[in-house]
Amino acid sequence: MTAKNAIEARNVVKAFGQGDTAVRALDDVSVEIRQGEFFTLLGPSGCGKTTLLRLIAGFEMPTDGLILLDGQDITYLPPNKRPVNTVFQSYALFPHLTVAQNISFGLEMMGKPRAEIAARTEKMLALVKLEAMAGRKTSQLSGGQQQRVALARALAPQPKVLLLDEPLSALDLKLRQAMQIELKRLQQETGITFVFVTHDQEEALTMSDRIGVMSNGKLQQVGTAKEIYTTPKNRFVASFIGETNFLAAKADGTKARLASGDVVDLAVPVSGDVTLTVRPEQVRLASANEPGALPATITNLVYFGTDTHVHLALSDGTEVTARVQSPATGDAGLEKGAKAAIRFAPGAVQVVGD
Amino acid sequence: MADIHMSAAEAAQIKTSARHGWLLSLPALVVLAAAAVGPLLIVVVYSFLEAGKHGNVVGNFSTDGWRGILWTKDIFTDSYVLADAHLTIFWRSIKLSFLTTMTTFVVGFPTAWFIATRPPKARALWLFLITIPFWTNLLIRTYAINEVIRAEGLLNLALMKVGVISEPLKLIYTDIAVFVGMTYVYLPLMVLPLFAAIDRFDLRLLEAGYDLYASRWQVLRRIVLPIVKPGIIAGSILVFVPSLGAYVTPRVLGGGKQMMIGNLIELQFLAGKNWPLGAALSMTLLVVVTIALLFYVRAANGEKSHG
Repeated sequence: MTAKNAIEARNVVKAFGQGDTAVRALDDVSVEIRQGEFFTLLGPSGCGKTTLLRLIAGFEMPTDGLILLDGQDITYLPPNKRPVNTVFQSYALFPHLTVAQNISFGLEMMGKPRAEIAARTEKMLALVKLEAMAGRKTSQLSGGQQQRVALARALAPQPKVLLLDEPLSALDLKLRQAMQIELKRLQQETGITFVFVTHDQEEALTMSDRIGVMSNGKLQQVGTAKEIYTTPKNRFVASFIGETNFLAAKADGTKARLASGDVVDLAVPVSGDVTLTVRPEQVRLASANEPGALPATITNLVYFGTDTHVHLALSDGTEVTARVQSPATGDAGLEKGAKAAIRFAPGAVQVVGD
Repeated sequence: MADIHMSAAEAAQIKTSARHGWLLSLPALVVLAAAAVGPLLIVVVYSFLEAGKHGNVVGNFSTDGWRGILWTKDIFTDSYVLADAHLTIFWRSIKLSFLTTMTTFVVGFPTAWFIATRPPKARALWLFLITIPFWTNLLIRTYAINEVIRAEGLLNLALMKVGVISEPLKLIYTDIAVFVGMTYVYLPLMVLPLFAAIDRFDLRLLEAGYDLYASRWQVLRRIVLPIVKPGIIAGSILVFVPSLGAYVTPRVLGGGKQMMIGNLIELQFLAGKNWPLGAALSMTLLVVVTIALLFYVRAANGEKSHG
């Protein structure tokens, strides 16, 4: 019991439907979200991340398991009794109210004194830089401004936890990137625990203190962006976050023999049939006579601007992609069909489960 | 190039036709004049003429019609006395119309909510059921109500059978009967606009409300009702206006004793043979309704901007 948990889910199950047709949206999920952290639930659509968020918000009750807030059981507490607020994907702003009235709504419902409501609303308007828009109807705002109103409205009652359900998905790329920085700033300024749901791995990597990767109603891995990217626990996590190469191998200690017969070094010793993963940027083009170099043939070149993706085939045809920095001329000096050799960066080869 | 030339010619054509565009609305204007303004003018003119002995009017200017709304000529003393019967009828009309509007809202809102939140297929079925009464003549529907609430009617028989009452309730030919009948008849007119408004309502706003610490009642009062207000206004107008001028329902269920303005007007044109008074009463009804609507809409809008 060192760092206190803002939210804890214990063995949470959520099933929709009855009997044989029941679908388990959440299948025995346990997670601890620490106080004051920016925690992201990342996964493809239908993985259960939004369901978990709705359970924390109180819009749904779990079929089994517990939800704790600051160590208190809130599993069956209705949403209006939880010190938790949500930023909805659709924003769900009240169309009949002005920007300021939207922001003060929660405070009014809590029965705060008028003076406090006014002061806090002012502060929130300033926080999201919408002072000039206070009297406008929300329909008169742009998407980015509506987004900021939704944020201010949810932050105004000073919740213990702020839930964000894919709040940036409706914005265009430039605005989304600006809002990512904005969100991070708000989180640091307010010190409130953020639980952020997204299917966008880049969003997750850039903003989060920790990430929980979900698929098929299960939490696959929890860790910092770095941990999840460099040491993915299984195939799903490795492939969902970033691009990667998978290689089948037979391992014996710190050495593993690939299907092509080449031998590579492992960071952690294992034995038996394993799946190896190595990120494309950790694959280097080498000269053929370099010790440990794997002979390969270039099958394709894809230019990405800063990088060039080099698609290669090992001697048995196993495909490996290398990501190399494009030279100043933009021409990597490589040719399709040419013989090449590759090396994996030390410590880059990871063993993943299925 | 050919394309650009063509579109320029077209633009010129559009400009010309825009200039003569008002011609297109001429048929509508003619219909409006013939169907709305014309008859109304005739009623206004009749209200300022003298009553004929056997109905109709004679061509002398007179304000007797208008005076007759509030005062009746005492045939013995030839002096004017207050027409308290008329006042009773006005009051009953306003009271019953108001009650009907309120009741149709209280009953119609949950109904409309229920329908609007069903899956699309079920929704179509429920809406169909709501509109079924419109296929039957109003008179027949009203007599059906009569069958239910009269002394030997279904309601009294059932209540006596169960033992709730020992004697039939005297419902028929009372204000209550008229009120029940009008509520039944006008309920769909409240449900349909409410449904249309609730259907457009974003149900996710309910969750947003609960999330921001509002109770169910607060969500209803602070979020749902203000947003569906246009539907409430439309429904109230659709129920209140015809209620005020109701004729068949008070006639059948009020038994000619519990008269409303509509019946009073009919009385002047037929048995009373006082067309100017009937015309004046009609105009009064029109003015009252118009003023009521103006107040209602203004009050509703004022509240909206106030929030």
